[in-house]
Amino acid sequence: MASLIHCPHCGVRPSQEFSIRGDASVVRPAPEASDEAWHEYVHIRSNPHGRHREHWQHVAGCRRGLVVERDTFTHDVFSVTDGAAVAREGGR
Amino acid sequence: MTAYRLASGGVIDRSSTLSFKFDGRAMKGHPGDTLASALLANDQLLVGRSFKYHRPRGIVTAGPSEPNALVTIGEGAATDPNTKATVAELYAGLDARSQNRWPSLKHDIGALNGLLSPFLSAGFYYKTFMWPAAFWEKVYEPLIRRAAGLGRTVLEHDPHSYEKCWAHCDLLVVGAGPTGLMAALTAGRAGLRVILADEDFRLGGSLLAETTRIDHRPAMDFAEACLAELRALPHVTIMPRTTVFGWYDDNVFGAVERVQKHVVAPQAKLPVERLWRIVAKRALLATGAEERPLVFGGNDRPGVMMAGAMRTYANRFGVAAGRSVAIFTNGSAGYGTASDLAAHEIEVAAIIDSRDAPLDAAPAGVRVIPSASVIDTRGRQRVCGLVVERAGFEETIACDAIGMSGGWNPVIHLACQRGAKAVWSPELSTFLAPDLGSGLVVAGSAAGRYSLGGCLEDGAERAARIAADLGFSTASNPLPAVGEEVDPSFTALWYSPGAKAKAFVDFQNDVHVKDLGLALREGFGHVEHAKRYTTTGMATDQGKLSAINATGLLAGMQGISPADVGTTTFRPFYTPVAFGALAGTSRDEHAAPVRKSPLYGWAEKNGAAFVDSGLWYRPAFFARHGEKTWRDSTDREVVNVRQHVGLCDVSTLGKIEIFGPDAAEFLNRLYCNPFLKLPVGKARYGLMLREDGIAYDDGTTSRLSPQHFVMTTTTALAGGVMSHLEYCAQVVWPELKVRFCSSTDQWAQMAIAGPKSRLVLQALVEDDVSDAAFPFLSAAVVTLKGGLNARLFRISFSGELAYELAVPAGLGEAVADAIMEEGRGHGICAYGLEALNVLRIEKGHVTHAEFDGRVTPDDAGFGRMVSAQKTDFIGKRLSTRYGLTAADRMQMVGLKPVETDQHIRAGAHLLREGAKASTLNDQGYVSSACYSPTLGHDIALAFLKSGRERYGERVVVWDKLSGGDTVAEICHPVFVDPGNTRLKV
Repeated sequence: MASLIHCPHCGVRPSQEFSIRGDASVVRPAPEASDEAWHEYVHIRSNPHGRHREHWQHVAGCRRGLVVERDTFTHDVFSVTDGAAVAREGGR
Repeated sequence: MTAYRLASGGVIDRSSTLSFKFDGRAMKGHPGDTLASALLANDQLLVGRSFKYHRPRGIVTAGPSEPNALVTIGEGAATDPNTKATVAELYAGLDARSQNRWPSLKHDIGALNGLLSPFLSAGFYYKTFMWPAAFWEKVYEPLIRRAAGLGRTVLEHDPHSYEKCWAHCDLLVVGAGPTGLMAALTAGRAGLRVILADEDFRLGGSLLAETTRIDHRPAMDFAEACLAELRALPHVTIMPRTTVFGWYDDNVFGAVERVQKHVVAPQAKLPVERLWRIVAKRALLATGAEERPLVFGGNDRPGVMMAGAMRTYANRFGVAAGRSVAIFTNGSAGYGTASDLAAHEIEVAAIIDSRDAPLDAAPAGVRVIPSASVIDTRGRQRVCGLVVERAGFEETIACDAIGMSGGWNPVIHLACQRGAKAVWSPELSTFLAPDLGSGLVVAGSAAGRYSLGGCLEDGAERAARIAADLGFSTASNPLPAVGEEVDPSFTALWYSPGAKAKAFVDFQNDVHVKDLGLALREGFGHVEHAKRYTTTGMATDQGKLSAINATGLLAGMQGISPADVGTTTFRPFYTPVAFGALAGTSRDEHAAPVRKSPLYGWAEKNGAAFVDSGLWYRPAFFARHGEKTWRDSTDREVVNVRQHVGLCDVSTLGKIEIFGPDAAEFLNRLYCNPFLKLPVGKARYGLMLREDGIAYDDGTTSRLSPQHFVMTTTTALAGGVMSHLEYCAQVVWPELKVRFCSSTDQWAQMAIAGPKSRLVLQALVEDDVSDAAFPFLSAAVVTLKGGLNARLFRISFSGELAYELAVPAGLGEAVADAIMEEGRGHGICAYGLEALNVLRIEKGHVTHAEFDGRVTPDDAGFGRMVSAQKTDFIGKRLSTRYGLTAADRMQMVGLKPVETDQHIRAGAHLLREGAKASTLNDQGYVSSACYSPTLGHDIALAFLKSGRERYGERVVVWDKLSGGDTVAEICHPVFVDPGNTRLKV
């Protein structure tokens, strides 16, 4: 786990100010999507060794949802992006 | 009586004397002493008993790797167990006691364990589990628990204070020895922000015990000159008494500063210890090297010491470890110690060298025995001689102290804490730090450059490279000139052959060579297994002295290289850190913020008894004169609300203001029931689901204007719901134009409930609050008499005619007072959380006791509320899956005892009459229960399989905790006014 997170809104802050929601690679399916798609979205999570994208919220700061791309093994953080910006682009 | 204070020498202040006590005995030392050096000066070599065999143990080192000299310092609540005497700074009045002995250090009953040693071999602890089974709990465990352990903790409240800080720097230098000082100077001169941290109270590291001259002056003077220059540099921070204990991600280091550990009466305004988190762009590890002990027969007898420690005691503290010292060495360092001791006119009995043809020069007149091995030591509580074996011949040599020098182990603990494994160096016969990239650089002895000149050069060079990397320019300063040095080479010796007594590897956990052999034979030869099987390296010193020898021994026994055995895993902390320091100020009442409602003062003066409720203190009940129990008060409050009127503080409910053209659409997608067409001026009960179809939270949400809603959440999930909304708005539906903010703390909100609530309220509100003008589920901004604007909601949790009034937080108490004053003629009472709960159970309303993360809306009776028309809302899709719609799901019902004097408690399970109590027969559980003063008997809300089809049936309420079973009748969960006639008047 990283000790410091570079929040795009608040700068470098201790990771204790953030709460982790989980996998950011899953996208909420359309209401009419298949049962399998919904099952995958709600219940199935990968537990990668290596690069991973997660939703973190800066709860003790700007309260924005952020997409943190990090390595679960080396703990390197590659990027921190505002979650809404990522969602608007549809790119995850 | 042999260890003593030398007539001169050392960096102690001989002009001043400090009195202290050890095991009640008065002793004297000087400022600059550690407790260990002062104990030695008083010839107190025996300082403790070992962990398992209770063998007498003496001081072994002069630093943080000390395995034996653990003492308890202080008294009463301020007791500090397991303090290393070798690092504890001496102060006047220090009171230290030895540990793990009874009745006294000299006569210890536990030493009988030594006779049992064949049964206490490696893994004995695990073997006791095996047979006979009954023995474990009754015999082995109590015995082991009593015998084991070192210092005892005290259960009193720690009177000391602690704090936590952050620090930031360009370069953190860990260790202020020759390497660290040169590095800090080089970086400091270049203008870097430097933090120089060292665990010692006096900085200089090995320079404080060095006899080699630097720039033609004593090494100690050189160190002082460096420190003087560093203190004058504006960007350099020097932190003595600070142990850097951990290296964490993003180059953040953990350190603990002992601010007032060395004073008798700590000042209250300062913490005793301070925990630092140091964010360093770069760090340089200048932690030096630890001398390696030798593993030989009888090597744990008091008086056997690290040779380098003897040198430190003589040179830095002016203390001789003995009058006649024998040195056992496998390299040149032992000769250096012998020379220094001889210079202090301490007799060197002999130098026993394991090497065949040593070339080192011994002090004049000292006998050198090459190709030799120490196989035993003589003496009981103090060494009085050793047995040396050479070419098959044994000889006993008299001595009163033995210095052992087995080579060097670089201190690379921090460098290996983040997963990188130490690397074996065949050239240096030791483990070195792996390549760690640019964040942390290892230098000097810690990197295997043991010579003084090498350390100075390495520190300066590496710091200059870091400065250049960070864009600072460094002027090249000439390196200090170093006098003649002892060559630090050695020939590894993992085990001195022919031992005639136990040869210890780990002193603190009493692990000897045969234990490691047994571990190997029994299949626990992997270094991590051997560690756990024998407990070597598992004591409070974490194997600082023993770990590398254990690796070497395991390698030797298998005929493989130490590289193939490797080391065990290094983890923070480098040395133990007090829980107090880790907790900092977050303890007692400061462990969690105290949240008081804006109506706290009002409740207090009305006699409230408060209860911790989540983050809040909330009034539980308001006791009146003559009421003996909470039940008396609660029953009265409930009856008063049902008959007259009551006022309750509901400010702790979460409140979120929601704005925007898409606010209605947003709410419509959040809640499972419709919100799109909620008219302005109306409140509606809303139920949120989780995406998996399970109920998440509920509350009322009101529309104050077309684009402004105010949502209420439960008290417990106010924070969680806010985060949920933020996630949905930012990540799930970023296209919606909606903004919101929490206003929980901005409003004081009170429920005014009971048939007379309208009478009381109308007297205070300008607007018409009659049923016609302000019917059930109205919500509006109203004007109070006197002109204050307030929010009024006609909602009811109690089932009575009721309103909730919200006013700005600061005016809450005044408004509540006015309501109480106006209500006095109508018989108003304040009611608390207990009465609130009884009222809602009587009415069949749910809370998180019901919504416990397993319950669907249909389970709780809200099935018809879930919109079938909406195309989407959180939880819609999965709420229709088979598992959540099965007919035999547990559904919410009411329960009442058949015998009305019987009781039902929450948490009880439900069984069919006559069924055996088993998981298979479980029919459900009681979620909420109370005594209903309205009905005159207990009532309960419960979840029961196919419950709604079973009204009128009987079930057994099985309650193992309170002992008795109660037969109850299943009924509709609304006990009072199922037709809502009292609500809508």
